[in-house]
Amino acid sequence: MAETTSTTSVAPAPAVIKPGTGALVAAGRPRRRYSLLTRHDKLLLTLMVGIPLLLDLILIWGPAAASVGFSFTNWSGIGAISPGNFIGVKNYQNLFTSYIFFWPALRHNLIWLAFLSLVSTPLGMFLAVLLDREIRGTRVYQSVLFLPVVLSLAVVGFIWELQYAPSEGFINNAFGLVESHRIIDWLGDENINLYAVLIAASWRHVGYIMVLYLAGLKSVDPSLREAAKVDGANERQTFFSVVLPVMAPINIVIVVVTAIESLRAFDIVYIINRGKNGLELLSTLITNNSISEASLVGFGSAIAVVLLVISLVPIVTFLSTVSRERA
Amino acid sequence: MSKRPDKGSSSPGGAIPIGGGREIPLNLDLTRRDVLKTGGYLSAAAFLAACSSGGGSTNTSSTGGQISIGSNASDPGPRKGMEAINAAFTSANGGTTVKLNTVDHGTFQDQISTYLQGTPDDAFTWFSGHRMRFFADQGLATPMNDVWDKVKGNFTTGFAESVKGNDGNVYGVPIDYYPWAVFYRKSVFQQHGYNIPTDWESFKSLMAQMQKDGLTPLAMGDKDGWPAQGTLDIINLRLNGYTFHVELCTGKQKWTDSRVTNVFQKWGEITKYYNQGLAGTTWQQAADMVVQKKAGMYILGLFVSDQFKAAGQADLDDLDFFPFPNMGAQYDAEKALDAPIDVFMLSKKSPTISKDLGQAKAYMQFWSKGSTQLLMFQNAPGNIPTANDADTSSYSALQKKAVQIISGAKRITQFFDRDSRPDFAGPNGMQSFLLTYLKNPTQDLQAFQGTMQKFWDSLPPEK
Repeated sequence: MAETTSTTSVAPAPAVIKPGTGALVAAGRPRRRYSLLTRHDKLLLTLMVGIPLLLDLILIWGPAAASVGFSFTNWSGIGAISPGNFIGVKNYQNLFTSYIFFWPALRHNLIWLAFLSLVSTPLGMFLAVLLDREIRGTRVYQSVLFLPVVLSLAVVGFIWELQYAPSEGFINNAFGLVESHRIIDWLGDENINLYAVLIAASWRHVGYIMVLYLAGLKSVDPSLREAAKVDGANERQTFFSVVLPVMAPINIVIVVVTAIESLRAFDIVYIINRGKNGLELLSTLITNNSISEASLVGFGSAIAVVLLVISLVPIVTFLSTVSRERA
Repeated sequence: MSKRPDKGSSSPGGAIPIGGGREIPLNLDLTRRDVLKTGGYLSAAAFLAACSSGGGSTNTSSTGGQISIGSNASDPGPRKGMEAINAAFTSANGGTTVKLNTVDHGTFQDQISTYLQGTPDDAFTWFSGHRMRFFADQGLATPMNDVWDKVKGNFTTGFAESVKGNDGNVYGVPIDYYPWAVFYRKSVFQQHGYNIPTDWESFKSLMAQMQKDGLTPLAMGDKDGWPAQGTLDIINLRLNGYTFHVELCTGKQKWTDSRVTNVFQKWGEITKYYNQGLAGTTWQQAADMVVQKKAGMYILGLFVSDQFKAAGQADLDDLDFFPFPNMGAQYDAEKALDAPIDVFMLSKKSPTISKDLGQAKAYMQFWSKGSTQLLMFQNAPGNIPTANDADTSSYSALQKKAVQIISGAKRITQFFDRDSRPDFAGPNGMQSFLLTYLKNPTQDLQAFQGTMQKFWDSLPPEK
């Protein structure tokens, strides 16, 4: 739509503008002289750029800026903010030096990121490569592996709670740990519960990555593989030297998806125990401090700002790669 | 969370907590929206406050018309009770239309401050204690001294105290309550010939005996973080008394106090009797251990009977309890215990409250009758009516005993997370601290208590 409007209106534009520009030049505004756009075009462009920009500012940058503002206050979320509420960087000071849950939460987020990028994502890619080979029953495997992706993480959390429960859960009973009184407290032991949760989260993440990657693999030109084969490359060489480089755009998407999934991890942990006892994440700290009854909006905002800054890293990487490709 | 997430979170099977779960998507969505919304209300807040305080009650009619109710009674039983009561109110009050807005129990709690600042309903369910006084102090609740003057004869002084704000005004009507105690199965005690322990030593030797008999002496399910707070409360009350406990909860005493050390040392004497994996066990799963006669005793609120009721009437009839044993300090005589009281309050910012005030107050008055509270009680047997004129003939032996133990108590506390500030009591606070303690009760208590005090000190002053 946009293109057709601009081309059709641009074509007659010089003819329309020229007579008028003389007057404009006389008025001392020669810049208009070479304008390719009619007033109508400009209005259209302003609307097309302006409305999304406005929405973006109101819905995304406004609240983000508000969070940054709140992070310098001790506002409780009740009543108006008065100048007395501004406490400078005290929230950040407190967060980095004395808040005992912050560093564990950050560490857990990093472990989450490491686990997803080193275990789950490669596993998903591996499954995609396997399924791409059209082995027998590909469709069945595909559906089975993709099924968890359809479920919300809240449901995934619930399903895995059934597996992990100490004395009533499936795992401890299946391995006879309940009978022999050697119960493993999968979700209660703060040394292992993060990994137990990561397995549950990966159960879903693997399928997600698999589907994304499979779609990418399907779009690789088969003649490339044939050519590689003709040149005498084996399977491994073909994949790493031909297919993988061709898939560069998909690879970037997958890296970014993995990073974002790790940073926004929240629901599965919140459903299991609201993010405590070894399952602290930045996102649950934000919720527990600012949205719950606790009402430490200022302090919660400071954590949110930290998370925002961290999130900017993958976002900027992604955007700069994408724009470089387009250029 | 409160000690009643059961209302919002137990699945019918009772074993699996999905409580937080229902709230998740909502909370996620709310992160930004919340900020926007509260921001938006900022400018309107002063204006609204001026309007609502200036307006007062010009409406003298209290029949007919309508009221809106915000309710956290989201479980099937309490919900049915609430609906029955509203229908009864409509017919008793000249056809007043009651608009009921039921919200999941846990969600209701999480969103309470946004709710009360936005466009709340005229009346809403809440908890007494610090949590009620907090919102009263913020000017988000409407006092109802006139209602209380009419109905106070129907309540004991303990209840009268529980609905008073810091400014001396009355902000709620107590609608139900339940005691915390040590629960057990009569048949198990009979079978093994156990006696009810009345002091600390006999309590410990009973648990040692239970262990020999192949039972888990004491059930504990602290996955949700709040159940262990009940044990902290009662040991502190026994050892250090009501006054110290309340002052500790509100920051007037330090967590580094040697009296607190004493509490954790005494607690450490019985932690070995807990079931394995308590940090991953829900309170419902721990209750099931007692139901299935695998565990001997369980320190919890009367709402544990919901779990027994789900197992069958015979199991419910077998359930009994005794007060937490004396510990030899002078405070034994207080017979103190946790008995959280639920209340109905009137909001301040409701757009319709000035118009509906007469009806809303009539509704409060209606709730203060024993006959009304019984309608709820019939559907939610874990919640005992607060009104003196409630007909106790339908009470079971267990419920009668609950009334007895509470009326015998000289001091009643609400529960840790109702008596202390919510940011301190919550998941990234006291809930985490107690889980850390239970994981290793013999840890360096000085360091542990220092962490708790440091956290308290880092919280901003409460207005």
